[in-house]
Amino acid sequence: MKGNVIKYDEKNINTDLIIPARYLIKSDPDYLAEHCMEDLDKDFILRKDQIGASIIVAGPNFGCGSSREQAPIALKASGIKCIIAPSFARIFFRNCINIGLPIIEFKDIDEIHTSDEIEIDFTEGILNNCSTKQKYKILRMPPFIQEIIQSNGLVNFARNRIL
Amino acid sequence: MGFTITEKILRDHSSGDVSAGDFVLANIDKCLANDITAPIAIEVFESIVEGTDKSVYNKNRVILTPDHFTPNKDVASAEQCKILRDFAHKNQIINYFEIGRVGIEHCLIPEQGLVSPGEVFIGADSHTCTYGALGAFSTGVGSTDLGVAMALGQCWFKIPESIKFVYYGKLKDWVSGKDLILYTIGQIGVDGATYKAMEFTGEVIETLSMPNRFTMCNMAIEAGGKNGIIIPDKITEIYLKNVGNKKYKIYESDKDAEYFKIIEFDCNIIEPQVAFPHLPENSKPISEVDGMKVEIDQAVIGSCTNGRLEDLKIAAKILKNQTIHSNVRCIVIPGTQQIYLEALKEGLIEIFLNAGAIVSTPTCGPCLGGFMGILAAGERAVSTTNRNFVGRMGHIESEVYLSSPAVAAASAIKGYITAPNYL
Repeated sequence: MKGNVIKYDEKNINTDLIIPARYLIKSDPDYLAEHCMEDLDKDFILRKDQIGASIIVAGPNFGCGSSREQAPIALKASGIKCIIAPSFARIFFRNCINIGLPIIEFKDIDEIHTSDEIEIDFTEGILNNCSTKQKYKILRMPPFIQEIIQSNGLVNFARNRIL
Repeated sequence: MGFTITEKILRDHSSGDVSAGDFVLANIDKCLANDITAPIAIEVFESIVEGTDKSVYNKNRVILTPDHFTPNKDVASAEQCKILRDFAHKNQIINYFEIGRVGIEHCLIPEQGLVSPGEVFIGADSHTCTYGALGAFSTGVGSTDLGVAMALGQCWFKIPESIKFVYYGKLKDWVSGKDLILYTIGQIGVDGATYKAMEFTGEVIETLSMPNRFTMCNMAIEAGGKNGIIIPDKITEIYLKNVGNKKYKIYESDKDAEYFKIIEFDCNIIEPQVAFPHLPENSKPISEVDGMKVEIDQAVIGSCTNGRLEDLKIAAKILKNQTIHSNVRCIVIPGTQQIYLEALKEGLIEIFLNAGAIVSTPTCGPCLGGFMGILAAGERAVSTTNRNFVGRMGHIESEVYLSSPAVAAASAIKGYITAPNYL
């Protein structure tokens, strides 16, 4: 996959910032997407669209806090296709995999900037920063997890199992 | 090589020959969702079983607790709750708790004997880690995990490495499980135990009451932990007997179990703690905080962290024959109907009302900025809840200070953050 980057250097970007609890009264992804990240950056949607960004790069412990799956759902519905950070909160990590939103643990986020174009090869485990022409190795997911992502999430994975 | 309690429980619930770091598809004993997380889980479940005649994997083992925006806050939350109610009816879910019987889930489920030592318990709520206090492997998951679990009775896990925390020494006056866990998070940080099992041990834990143990395990997630866990002992067994829970399996960590890290804390030096905005790791000892005279507008005593009878007793002891400061709104929320009733019988409710506090029906309400005590811009609350993120209890320019019930009650009297020993 390939896309442009929108970057937030902050660490501990929590799920209350990704989607504030006051919007949890509805589960409609498009409604959630409208309010995505607004307590961190009220112009998130506008800026993302201006850059044409589909990849978020952020500081460590991204997605900490509540287990709300509305957080990755809001991000995915807003057009985000991949999240890159040095580390993730664990429930957020599994929620992303479960909805088929790829997520990459990557330490050298200083080497990526807003508007950079990034290409990721999940099978080979390579992250290519097309803007700086630098390539990096990333950890390959266990086959089990890759299968879930490839099924576009845990639901299809589970349906395949019960049918 | 030996195994930790967490590894042993997950080994017995999966393919067996696995240890920390391995991915497993484990059989789960119980699964839980609430009015925020269940609607998505139900949608997931329906899409998995669509076109088949499948029902939930076990109607006795799926638990539904509408506790976050209940009693229904508005039309939208009423619609969410109705999804749970209809689903429970259709699938004959035994453990659906209607208003009047429901309580804050993590106070309610142990009280109802619905979680046992040795179980694998998942909940679509991050504070599901609470039940590790009973020696279960218990962890929060997302709604999709929960929907899949309702269909398959299984969930995937990466078996966590464990950090062993050893608490030694003697607790000072007014120091509770809440203070121990706030101190711990202050020492290791909000990502200090990310993906890890937090195993709480030591002479202090061995004499700690069950409510305090629940409080500690409840906040394991605030250090990034996958689960908190305490090996069952006599105190656990007495608790289980009192709630009528007879069938369970006790696991213990082996002497030669491998730990990612062992961290020791000298409890002789731990004071009541207050976590400043906007992270639970910003904890400070009360001796430092008292002099700062941090004025408050609201004090909240309750939640899945501190809404148990013992918490209310401590608050009542401090509030007896006292008056809430004229600038403070004090909100007391018993965790369950049973706790509410016992508090009533023991005269605690009368003490709260006489002091000028309000007492609410069980709800998660203010903890997550839902309703029942929302803060305006610039307002401050001291709260026995678990998170003090930006905007957690209301306006994004409001502030939450986390503390024990003792500190919250003393602060409500004084109008600024303090502890009973300073009254």
